[in-house]
Amino acid sequence: MSDPKIEGFELEKGFRGMAKDTGSDQTMFKGVHWGKAMMWIFLLSDTFVFSCFLIAYMKGRASTPVEWPNPSEVFALDAFGVPVPLLLIALMTFVLITSSGTMALAVKYGYERNRKMCGYLILATALGGLTFVGMQAYEWSKLIHEGVRPWENPFGAAQFGSFFFMITGFHGTHVSIGVIFLFIYCYKVFAGHYDEGKRGWFTKMKGDYVEVEILGLYWHFVDLVWVFIFAFFYLW
Amino acid sequence: MSDEYENKSSYQAQSSETISGTGSGVSPDMDYVRPAENPEQDLYHAHSFIEKWVFCQDAKVIGVQYFLTAVFTGVVGLILSWLMRLQLGFPGLAGFITAEHYYQFVTMHGMIMVVYFLTALFLGGFGNYLIPLMVGARDMVFPYVNMLSFWMFFVAVAVLMASFFVPGGPTGAGWTLYPPQTILEGTPGHGWGILLMLISLSLFVIGFTMGGLNYMITILQARTRGMTLMRMPLTVWGIFTATVLAMLAFPALLVSSIMMTLDKLLGTSFFMPTILKAGEVLEYGGGSPILFQHLFWFFGHPEVYIVALPAFGIVSDLISVHARKNIFGYRMMVWAIVGIGALSFFVWAHHMYVSGMNPWFGFFFASTTLIIAVPTAMKVYNWILTLWRGNIRINTVMLWCLGFIVTFVNGGITGIFLGNVSVDVPLSDTYFVVAHFHMVMGIAPLMVIMGAIYHWFPLVAGKMLDEKLGKWHFWTTFLGAYSIYFPMHYLGFIGVPRRYYEMYDSPYMTSGVGLNEFISTAAFIVGAAQLILVFNIVKTMKTGKKAEKNPWKANSLEWFTSTVPPEHGNFGQRLPVVHRWPYDYNVPGAEEDYLPQTAAPSEVAHTEVEKT
Repeated sequence: MSDPKIEGFELEKGFRGMAKDTGSDQTMFKGVHWGKAMMWIFLLSDTFVFSCFLIAYMKGRASTPVEWPNPSEVFALDAFGVPVPLLLIALMTFVLITSSGTMALAVKYGYERNRKMCGYLILATALGGLTFVGMQAYEWSKLIHEGVRPWENPFGAAQFGSFFFMITGFHGTHVSIGVIFLFIYCYKVFAGHYDEGKRGWFTKMKGDYVEVEILGLYWHFVDLVWVFIFAFFYLW
Repeated sequence: MSDEYENKSSYQAQSSETISGTGSGVSPDMDYVRPAENPEQDLYHAHSFIEKWVFCQDAKVIGVQYFLTAVFTGVVGLILSWLMRLQLGFPGLAGFITAEHYYQFVTMHGMIMVVYFLTALFLGGFGNYLIPLMVGARDMVFPYVNMLSFWMFFVAVAVLMASFFVPGGPTGAGWTLYPPQTILEGTPGHGWGILLMLISLSLFVIGFTMGGLNYMITILQARTRGMTLMRMPLTVWGIFTATVLAMLAFPALLVSSIMMTLDKLLGTSFFMPTILKAGEVLEYGGGSPILFQHLFWFFGHPEVYIVALPAFGIVSDLISVHARKNIFGYRMMVWAIVGIGALSFFVWAHHMYVSGMNPWFGFFFASTTLIIAVPTAMKVYNWILTLWRGNIRINTVMLWCLGFIVTFVNGGITGIFLGNVSVDVPLSDTYFVVAHFHMVMGIAPLMVIMGAIYHWFPLVAGKMLDEKLGKWHFWTTFLGAYSIYFPMHYLGFIGVPRRYYEMYDSPYMTSGVGLNEFISTAAFIVGAAQLILVFNIVKTMKTGKKAEKNPWKANSLEWFTSTVPPEHGNFGQRLPVVHRWPYDYNVPGAEEDYLPQTAAPSEVAHTEVEKT
């Protein structure tokens, strides 16, 4: 997107521009929608939540007296009779990252006021998220079937199951909340709420396509967090 | 952007074309402020009693709701402290206070006062009321989310209070909730009590996050025309920085609460090592109790500054207004607030010197801790230099401010003792620590809250609180609080440990017994003295004299609302336009001893006002 036009204020690039914006009146982030700024700061806070989870996991894994289970064995999936390590996780990751792509396109079409394309792409994103949660549910049930519990597991340190269920559960909750909102927004886009600026059900504020972008920020964040969980939990 | 506010003579040397922007065709417009970036805020006005007073979206009403709820929990915390002092000063006098009860009182008193009282009061109460008014906004940027924030806090308080009535009572693990003992049999409230505490804390964090986003975006993105960050009152800077700290520190509390809830409910062992109980190995094993301490104090230390920074900010404004003098070193004050906030994330393990961690680690944290003394001392010097040769009005507000400086310096200096590992180890877990943190983050912020109540009551309620009663209130509270906490330093030096239910015949208690009785008596009096304020408020509301507009002759925007008390939307038809910082008091050449932030340069061109 091009830079916004601010009356009576010349935007500059680079560090100087940042200092100038910070020193100016009214807004610090020029031309940035309130809701968008809010989402960024919320995501910063949420980053700290996930960082705490992952650091706690590293500390827990480093200090447990019993050996940590080998993730590539635990998370292997039988494909045509051959155990393939991380097969399901690779699929899940692929689906989730793809849904980030469809979300980005939905934002683009939203700003272009292409209601149909925007709506279909949000729907695709929501279905991608739903697939991810479904595969995660399958993974959980498979592990539970094999005897992995939050308090014990047959492969090694009990903390393996504890951290696994807690962290993937917390992330899965984020994805599920995102999916719910994606479906709601999908309805609102198709119903034309953002074109006519219809007021929200609860907030009574006028709707705008920027909301799609705000939800998109959240969605990309959830995907990014997954990449870290994937790296630290499955690849380490 | 403010180069055009140079004084008149230097301004006229330039030609009018050099001024950027529009609208200067008529005259070289020295009062020019560029047009509004944000569209007029879309406010949802209440249509019914419930929308106006219960599920209200007006930040001012939400602020008062936060304030009253926080004060309610504070009163509960006060009563708990009375019960504790009753036991400590006169052991066995009240037979119903068992050791278990005593630990529950200690725990709930600590948690209530730090989180549900002070944090909610400063950020939820003062933050909601003052931020939009002081930055010149019509309301918080997300009024609906703001309303949810309060009700989430309300539910958190309800859950916390419910823990008094569940089987086993509230948790008695100490406000730090250290595992493994917190959730094991033998600790009072190890069942329902701790569970409700953890749920309540999680709800508080969620509720606070919703409010905190509002405070931050309102300050960053919804200031009025001409309001730069460096023209904001220090109150707003203090609350803003505290909110940033809270947004980054509360996640650690949320995570540790979730993990401990799982330890309790599902039998995971995040924080639970192998434990032998009566010769039998418990189910737990392999976890790290120290991990909890790190997570807790990564929240816990910034939490101290979440309480302190708004107090710093508010007291700066009160001192400046009532000494009729600009705040000394405004920019230094801002950077000190920001610097203290940043440093507060690197000192958490100074609460853990005796946890058995590596001494070199302690050395690092001692260094960072002592570095914080530098910006803090700068602030104290600046307050004193603001008072120096000021036109000080010794009214109730100023008395509370002076009381704050004294108690804060006192508590700050004992903090330097405790920040050093070698001094801390013998003093650790004694009454010296209790004296230190009550002085620095209990009494000192409380003094500011009281001062702020007397200062802003005319704005909120439209009536002036009684000065005579206010002075009685101050002197009993101030002298009483000193009588409580000053002797505690001595108790700590002779080695009296904190959190003990009773000292029995310990050798050092020969000199401690009388002292404990004295402290307890003072505590009863100070607690009861707060009724003076209640009486004052009731009396003022009934018969008090109506406050004129801007009774203290202050400069900041909250006093320039269209009505007193301000209505929804705050400023009437037109938002104020800001031309200067809020500290132009006693400017040479000006008719009045104050220049409001809205005074345009052309109006004050004949004065020696500085560019801000």
